Amino acid sequence: MPDTAAESAPDKAPAQSVRLNASCGFPHGERAPESICLKDVTLARGGRVVLSQISLAIPQGSFVGVLGANGAGKTTLFHALLGLEPAVQGALFINGQPVRRGNRAVGYMPQMRKLVGGQFTGWSMVASALHGQRWGLPWYSRAGRAAVDAALAAVDAQELAQRPVSALSGGERQRLLLAQTLLDDPSVLLLDEPLASLDPARMRETVERIHTLARTRKMTVLMSAHDINPLLGMMDHVLYLARGRALLGAVDEVITTKALTALYGAPVDVVRAGGRVFVVAEGGGSALQEHDCGGCGAHA
Amino acid sequence: MLDYDFMRTAFLAAFLVALVCGPVGWFLVLRGQTFASHALSHVGFAGATGALMLGLSPFTGLAGGALTAGVLMGLAGERVAGRDVMIGLVLSVAMGVGALFLHLLTRSASAATALLFGDILGISPGMLGWLALLSAGCLLGLGLMARPLLFATLQPEMADAKGVRLQALDVLFLALVALATAECAQITGVLLVFTLMVAPAATVLRLGLSPLAGLAAAAGLALAEAWGGLSLSWYTDCPTSFWIALLGGAGFLLVGLVQRLKA
Repeated sequence: MPDTAAESAPDKAPAQSVRLNASCGFPHGERAPESICLKDVTLARGGRVVLSQISLAIPQGSFVGVLGANGAGKTTLFHALLGLEPAVQGALFINGQPVRRGNRAVGYMPQMRKLVGGQFTGWSMVASALHGQRWGLPWYSRAGRAAVDAALAAVDAQELAQRPVSALSGGERQRLLLAQTLLDDPSVLLLDEPLASLDPARMRETVERIHTLARTRKMTVLMSAHDINPLLGMMDHVLYLARGRALLGAVDEVITTKALTALYGAPVDVVRAGGRVFVVAEGGGSALQEHDCGGCGAHA
Repeated sequence: MLDYDFMRTAFLAAFLVALVCGPVGWFLVLRGQTFASHALSHVGFAGATGALMLGLSPFTGLAGGALTAGVLMGLAGERVAGRDVMIGLVLSVAMGVGALFLHLLTRSASAATALLFGDILGISPGMLGWLALLSAGCLLGLGLMARPLLFATLQPEMADAKGVRLQALDVLFLALVALATAECAQITGVLLVFTLMVAPAATVLRLGLSPLAGLAAAAGLALAEAWGGLSLSWYTDCPTSFWIALLGGAGFLLVGLVQRLKA
């Protein structure tokens, strides 16, 4: 397991496939359309511009860590990609199509919040998301039940199926959520802070699980996080959001003193120690990637 | 006791109402909206007394008042900050208005008691027809929206992303609750809607059944408690509402106790 970005595996997508001057067009020659493409996108939340004039293209099958402080626009970006919040300006595309709400190709795992229906079994909880947008009774056909079983198996959660959700740990509930996102067999996964409130061992385990799933199912994954370290060695790209701007590239290109100083417009140091990476502001010495503060960044 | 027409009517009415109250209550409890349903019944009380004043049937006023309040509550949605306070305010204003209307009415005492505590033995065959129609409509509506409602209740953000219209669903559901409340008030009265709507549902939810089984069990338990209350009131001469309330509370405690002992 490589423990620094510099040693990341050679099979990762090459950095030059990331083009910040995205055309969001359609096949250039023999290339398939990008999985996610943004063109001059400006996003606002509550009337405040959060990201301005972002253009980027993320190739298919890429594993992207989305980093930035609370309020930098991680969740806002996800909401825009889900078609929940229209862009103030610009256009967003997924698999070459303009984003739209209810797109089954996009799986979304929201931040964990207060548990509702904890008395249900894990199986019932996962099944509630199966074609949950359709009218009718929550009745599942044989094929539907098989799909739920398969989603549970994909995250090694078969043993959680018969237990009440309220009796599960945070990490176990997280696996159920992940199983729910897999029900529609998405090609793009948006995971909002899946590592929040997990202990370090669980963090690493979760990232590895998601990474493996993404590889075998050829999914593009955008995963937001407060801290880059649990993601090191797994990411093909980093998408760093700060001050309304975005920087996309390989870890070694983005997480550098020079790149982040330019992005923040203020002196920022990237310190590597003990195989880990720290992004530190000048003077204060406090990490710019804030630590989880239990829900205060629910809409960050 | 089934030799009497009014008892047969009462049992039939209880059947029609319990079948709706159980499953609607199941979702109410799951969604944490029980206080809202309590408020709806109180707005219904103001509507019923207002209707009496205008010479209309109190049931029309009850259903109309609750329905209006339910739809407005759904439209206001999450923006109504500090929902408990807002709902409490609406509830008390509605009760106050109801008290004023009653004061202005001459035959207030008996009408007030029937509205507040129910009068299941006074249900007319004509009303039975209305209850049947409403129950059929409510069950059909709930059957249609159960799946997205469950998804939206358990995972609102995910449901939103998958194209479930959360607010439309909330409005529809609260409208359904309002109609179920109006039905329920015919049996238990405005003040005791909780007994048939919330108690059986909350008891069933403790059991950890699958959603579909839970919905069916809530209907079954509501029916058992309504019929049980009716029978007990026949033999003891105590009000039906009293027995339904007592059975509801006892059932809830019993399930809790059994689970505590098993754990």
